[in-house]
Amino acid sequence: MELYNCTLEELWQRLEKGEVSSFEVTRSVFKRIAEVDETIAAYLEIDEKGALIQAESADERRRKGDATTPVTGIPLGLKDLLSTVGLKTTCGSKMLADYRPEYDATVVTRLREAGAVITGKLNMDEFAMGSSTENSAFNPTRNPWDRSRVPGGSSGGSTAAVASATAIATLGSDTGGSIRQPASFCGVVGMKPTYGRVSRYGLIAFASSLDQIGPVTLTVADAALLLGVIAGHDERDSTSVDTPVPDYYGNLKQDIKGLKIGVPKEYFGVGLDPEVEAAVRLGCRQLADAGAQFADVSLPHTDYAVATYYLLATAEASSNLARYDGVKYGFRAENTDGLLDMYRTTRAQGFGDEVKRRIMLGTYALSAGYYDAYYRKAQQVRTLITQDFNEVFADNDIIVAPVCPTPAFAFGEKIDDPLSMYLSDILTIPVNLAGLPAISVPCGFTKSGLPIGLQLIAKPFAEETLLRVAWHYEQMAGWAGRRPELVTKAVN
Amino acid sequence: MDYEIVIGLEVHCQLLTETKIFCGCSTHFGNPPNQNTCPVCTGMPGALPVLSRKVVDFAIRAGLATACEITPSSVFARKNYFYPDLPKGYQISQFELPICLGGHLDIEVAGESKRIGITRIHMEEDAGKLVHPEHEHGVSYVDYNRACVPLIEIVSEPDMRSAAEAVAYLKAIREIMVYLGVCDGNMEEGSFRCDANISLRRWGAPKLGIRAELKNMNSFRNVQRAIDYEVERQMDILDGGGQVVQETRLWNVDRGISMSMRGKEEAHDYRYFPDPDLLPVVVDAAWIEEVRQSLPELPVAKRQRFLDDYAIPLADAEVLTADRAMADYFEAVVKLSSSPKLAANWIMVELMKFLNDDKIDITQCPVTPQSLAELLSLIEDGTISGKIGKQVFAQMYSAADNNPRKIVEDQGLAQMSDSGELEAMIDEIIAANGDKVTEYQQGKVKLFGFFVGQVMKKSKGQANPQMVNKLFKEKIG
Ligand SMILES: [Zn+2]
Repeated sequence: MELYNCTLEELWQRLEKGEVSSFEVTRSVFKRIAEVDETIAAYLEIDEKGALIQAESADERRRKGDATTPVTGIPLGLKDLLSTVGLKTTCGSKMLADYRPEYDATVVTRLREAGAVITGKLNMDEFAMGSSTENSAFNPTRNPWDRSRVPGGSSGGSTAAVASATAIATLGSDTGGSIRQPASFCGVVGMKPTYGRVSRYGLIAFASSLDQIGPVTLTVADAALLLGVIAGHDERDSTSVDTPVPDYYGNLKQDIKGLKIGVPKEYFGVGLDPEVEAAVRLGCRQLADAGAQFADVSLPHTDYAVATYYLLATAEASSNLARYDGVKYGFRAENTDGLLDMYRTTRAQGFGDEVKRRIMLGTYALSAGYYDAYYRKAQQVRTLITQDFNEVFADNDIIVAPVCPTPAFAFGEKIDDPLSMYLSDILTIPVNLAGLPAISVPCGFTKSGLPIGLQLIAKPFAEETLLRVAWHYEQMAGWAGRRPELVTKAVN
Repeated sequence: MDYEIVIGLEVHCQLLTETKIFCGCSTHFGNPPNQNTCPVCTGMPGALPVLSRKVVDFAIRAGLATACEITPSSVFARKNYFYPDLPKGYQISQFELPICLGGHLDIEVAGESKRIGITRIHMEEDAGKLVHPEHEHGVSYVDYNRACVPLIEIVSEPDMRSAAEAVAYLKAIREIMVYLGVCDGNMEEGSFRCDANISLRRWGAPKLGIRAELKNMNSFRNVQRAIDYEVERQMDILDGGGQVVQETRLWNVDRGISMSMRGKEEAHDYRYFPDPDLLPVVVDAAWIEEVRQSLPELPVAKRQRFLDDYAIPLADAEVLTADRAMADYFEAVVKLSSSPKLAANWIMVELMKFLNDDKIDITQCPVTPQSLAELLSLIEDGTISGKIGKQVFAQMYSAADNNPRKIVEDQGLAQMSDSGELEAMIDEIIAANGDKVTEYQQGKVKLFGFFVGQVMKKSKGQANPQMVNKLFKEKIG
């Protein structure tokens, strides 16, 4: 088997045993990128030269017997909103098309210190606003399972890269489902940690109170390994929480007998694709077979989540994106007349339609006379949604649900209908509002061969339990590591 | 006058912390442009603010000194507006839940004491500075050295009724903040600045009139002038049957007038909301107590103590306590000498004259309190006269020699108090001026000064004047 087809876990063990070198693994991944990324277009920037140098120093580190980590020498890709010194960080926007950060995001620093090899930067919806990666200012990314379909979003580049084996694992970010939904569309594992578990320093903000960085991998074990490297307190991020990082990987195999799993009725309502529902229900039965106890539960404020999210996230975004004004860095419109015109023209030309739509929505929600009706009310509903979860978690360890009501949709299907696009996030958004950890694990395919994802949700900072349940499910379900047709062909 | 003047002030104090409020950059003034910057204070994508504990300390200090309640959990909010000196497109400030609420400050105007309410004190970051080079047309630069420098804003109630009250309040606030070591109080450089909200209403009217906000007054005198001008302006409008427009006006120092900067319609909608990048600022009782313990004696208390302990006049106590370092200096001198009144006079007249001439403050004074105390004891025990004392002080100040006793000895400046020696001198003068003695004894009493002057001249100023007077009186009646 080609090295690029291996899991992170496998490569880590083989690297530790000296069976392969990071240089070989990295070469293999870049060969794969050369073969398939033209058709998938997951990458916005590829750094083969830099990666090979990092691979050599990872090999050197192992040769010298210096301390290593599970990611030492492993080729990883990064969503293009994580600041990287030496690599452009565009956030999928014309506004930052040529922006090169002068500092590394904390997660990037952690990966570099751990000896990871950084392959390049991955496509995304502009400023992480979207559910299909169609909002990238540069190009769409294709779903490796069906290239007429979207990979999901906003971390569509991160999930398509893992699915098409052009990176062993990647990092994405999840504000309203931006890791879990594309992971389910691309048939890979995608995890959103608890808000505060992973530092946001250097993550270009969309909605600060919701954004969280997380791993995208082929298996749950890989997610546990990668999370172990990036999680932990960071004094540069006031919202990062100072609580110990458990051994996620080491604890995966502990059994799940007696764990209580709740099934919220609101997540299985109107609009849920029957094939998706069937796959998720089957998943529940398998977990029950492994000894988990199931109960029907209710999260009564679920219906308000999308509206709440689109008030709060856009309000924060309208402020977070004010800094792109053409003054200090990034795009500046030419031939403008005075300061005000420079602002207007720069922002009119530099931002795409969806970003502008959300800036306007958010500006409106915060405006004098509307703040109480929209922003403040949405904050109150956010509290109610969080309380819903608290009540369920008083008696349950895990909540199980679909990730997205439908499998991957076709290009152009929803892009002109923002509301239907927004509604596709209905099952992932409440988790961000409540700050909880959640994971999308492959749970089967539709008749037409599109992946389906199962969502598991846990209590704050219960990533250990979350990953453990996901791992047991993965073992029983047997979908893990399945590659799309495109990939299998290339391998042969 | 037909109208009651209503004034409220918003005072901004730049805090004397070494580092900025949300990053580790230096606050040092005068460095080359953009040297004191990092990704946080230049608003780079993805950079996040982390609150400096020291800034909270300073804000609590300011709050306790003005009788405010300290909010147990205060919140930073974003104030959104576009301007090139504002790197993030919003200023991090406090809005709904500031760190301090509901204090007051007593001021004195024309001998009457008055309590001015303090609505709130909040913490915020400063903006950068635009630079418009003279020789490059159509180009401006931005210097972010000042961006993210910590400020507190102290907002008063509309309790002041005259420009004099406003200035008295401003002086009192400035004095306290400087005492606390929170702010250097420099109005010219803008580290202490104020905006005034002014309105007029007919006496007895229950509602406040429409107010104008005045900005850009960089001295106490300009505050006074700008308020006087504004009162005059509003009065003309009201007398003419017009209505005052709610607006922000800019004081023009050179022209002595204010001009409209923006009206109500152009007023920003700042779209304040809690900053999701920062946690609420939780201040517990222990923290407040810790700050309370570290508070210095405040000017009003110190003034009273000076009156009680040293029995100096109120005017002296006011001058000496206007500056904490000056008050400390005075107390150091008093501890080593026996006459507080003499010490007060010397510091206020002689010492301050020298300091003013050199434009330095008391902390840079070359004469130590010990040396000054020694000089004062030489004067008190009659070793030298006050006049010689001034001469000695000048030498001490110029640092040729800081030891007054040594200067007096080396230069033979000790006063002539030996009655035998003086008697001989006086006899000589009487003998040489027989006609004048006769005139004096016939009633031309003014000549007494002439005789004393002769002795002083002969003794090169060293004769003890009291003794000379006494001896002359004995000899020629
Ligand atoms: Zn800085």
